[in-house]
Amino acid sequence: MRLLVKGGRIVDPANGIDETMDLLVVDSAVAEIGRSLPEDGAELLDATGKIVCPGFIDIHTHLREPGFEYKEDIASGSRAAAAGGFTTICAMPNTSPVVDNAAVAIFVREKARQAGVVDVLPIGSVTKKQAGEELSEMGELAEAGCVAFSDDGSPVTRSDVMRHALEYARMFGLPILSHCEDLNLSRDGQMHEGYRSTVFGLRGIPAAAEEAMVARDVIMAQLTSGRVHVCHASTAGALDIIRKAKLQGLKVTCEATPHHLVLTDEAVESYDADTKVNPPLRSEEHVEALRRAVADGLVDCIATDHAPHNLESKDCEYAAASFGISGLETAVAVVMDKLVNTGLLSIGRMVELFTAGPARVIGLSASRGTLTPGVRANITILDPNTVRTVDPAKFYSKGKNSPFKGMELRGWPWAAIVAGTVVCRDGVVAQGLR
Amino acid sequence: MGFDQRKDLLGIRDLGRDEIEQILDTAIPMKDILKRNIKKVPVLRGKGVITVFYENSTRTRTSFELAGKYLSADTSNLAVSTSSVQKGETLRDTIKTIEVMGPDILVMRHGMSGAPHYVARNTSMRVINAGDGTNEHPTQALLDMFSIREHKGTLEGLTVTIVGDILHSRVARSNIYGLTKFGCEVRVVGPSTLMPPEIEKLGVKSFCRLEPALAGADVVNVLRLQKERQQAGLFPSLDEYSNLFMIRPEHLRLLADDGIILHPGPMNRGVEISSEIADGPRTLVNEQVTNGVAVRMAVLFLMMGGSRSEIAG
Repeated sequence: MRLLVKGGRIVDPANGIDETMDLLVVDSAVAEIGRSLPEDGAELLDATGKIVCPGFIDIHTHLREPGFEYKEDIASGSRAAAAGGFTTICAMPNTSPVVDNAAVAIFVREKARQAGVVDVLPIGSVTKKQAGEELSEMGELAEAGCVAFSDDGSPVTRSDVMRHALEYARMFGLPILSHCEDLNLSRDGQMHEGYRSTVFGLRGIPAAAEEAMVARDVIMAQLTSGRVHVCHASTAGALDIIRKAKLQGLKVTCEATPHHLVLTDEAVESYDADTKVNPPLRSEEHVEALRRAVADGLVDCIATDHAPHNLESKDCEYAAASFGISGLETAVAVVMDKLVNTGLLSIGRMVELFTAGPARVIGLSASRGTLTPGVRANITILDPNTVRTVDPAKFYSKGKNSPFKGMELRGWPWAAIVAGTVVCRDGVVAQGLR
Repeated sequence: MGFDQRKDLLGIRDLGRDEIEQILDTAIPMKDILKRNIKKVPVLRGKGVITVFYENSTRTRTSFELAGKYLSADTSNLAVSTSSVQKGETLRDTIKTIEVMGPDILVMRHGMSGAPHYVARNTSMRVINAGDGTNEHPTQALLDMFSIREHKGTLEGLTVTIVGDILHSRVARSNIYGLTKFGCEVRVVGPSTLMPPEIEKLGVKSFCRLEPALAGADVVNVLRLQKERQQAGLFPSLDEYSNLFMIRPEHLRLLADDGIILHPGPMNRGVEISSEIADGPRTLVNEQVTNGVAVRMAVLFLMMGGSRSEIAG
């Protein structure tokens, strides 16, 4: 099977490529990149005017299956991923049952193989049942294909447990993806604590709730030489701590989400629960710091924190609503429109944040996030000129909870190719796949 | 835009000064109605007003009910504690059920900030916020402003000190939004743990000691302290709170000569206000209650599109 992606601007930061060329896929692998490659009977994909990138990777996706299939399942989540331009997603383990043993991890992989359209890599929990007390069987989880460990949704509250997790995970070379939140400081909070929480009369979550835990985790990384990845960094103070940790040479990485990069806590004014997310949307100074950190290279990757919810969980009073945003299908377009088109990020930096960056965090940079000949042919193609309005009713995800609804964005994913198969074209996910 | 053009009354923050004045001016003839032998005018005849209180309240709910009755509206109260809410019905479904029964105005109190905003988006009824979480309590602020204006002749340029748990107080927020629109110097004073972040950005002066906050004040608005805040670790004891923040007779000399004391009630005597002050001649608690009915009559009347000429005479 041959597929020739013709005439696109190929942007592959891992290999320092940014020029208009052709890309040939043979079977499921990238075969060649070059000028005027011969068709030789290959299926043609005209990418003129488009940007051809390594397949985008989201290392922070909540797929909800098993246990909460009414919010999302692996089939719907992976289609949302394809529509959003992602070819690899890492599934967080806060399902029911929790991915704290090989059987559940294998279930996720097998279900993805049967029903999914993109690559789904499971993440194992740090602790059994994510209860924060006993370590999960990390060796078994690693063997079952888990690419990281996380209790996301909740922090690993006990410092001794985090210490041992980092020490133990070192044996497998896998990172701990940490949800940094001091629950005593954030308790009952609904939004960022500051001027606007005062005005809206909603209980605030102070920036310190995140920063205190980031500081703790950095200290643990120093103690253990373990790999800590800070999920959804959202405050200026947390970024300062991460910057210092990196300067010290500690194995600390971090991600930013599109919503924290683009929206401020002003969005909460409507009391529309689609703006309710954890960590909360922050005030301008934090958003500005995060944007600078993404532009200057401090932030390692952009991750969606895709958190789909059923309507009942969001269509209610603000304080009663669940936290989270259905993010897979808007992440790339939001970043394109609000950060690239505004000149804050170059296309190359943006592609790196969605490809080589996340691949490095999960230790898969040799095989993912690059178009190096020989690697699995996961490819994302962007159309910088497509203009579309976000309409959650058209989401592939079961989660329609998007604070970007109604927003007109320029620059959308156009195609997604997974192992040489075009799974999404012109924003439409192919029917009949698996 | 006049207030009578609005669909809902969700807060003071987004009201214009003209709208507030329209309500306060309309409340004057409404208060006259309350002084009559027969306290009933036919202006809302055939209109339905329903009160739905998700939090306990006696005075606000009764005040709205009487306000509606005095204007000849048919008023009804949904007792949430005995309603389908207890069977797990969502707020949206409860409101939709009420809506199809045909009332024109929904008066709602809810423990969660923004709940009336959510309801207002999802119903064609006119919605009046009777207090939502720690956000706003607009009719309380309006009755406070009415009471102040009645005593002082104006709101313009007064110094108003709000004392107590500012952090959790919807009364404080609505008062701040309203009074600052009239050029009042608004001061807030209370324990630093009960002071919201960046409160001064609302245009108020913040104090953590009572005496300087009271100096020269024309009005002191004392907030009710919720005792459970102590269990939450926000202050050490009721004794310490009352030592530091209770309004006592000796504080009166600090105020302007004709300084008055307000309290939204119910009062914790001996905690935030001493009995001598509570029962003293400069404290307007009972007048506030009466004025509350008048102000709510004005709000209901204007929301149904009433004009001044209908209630003259």
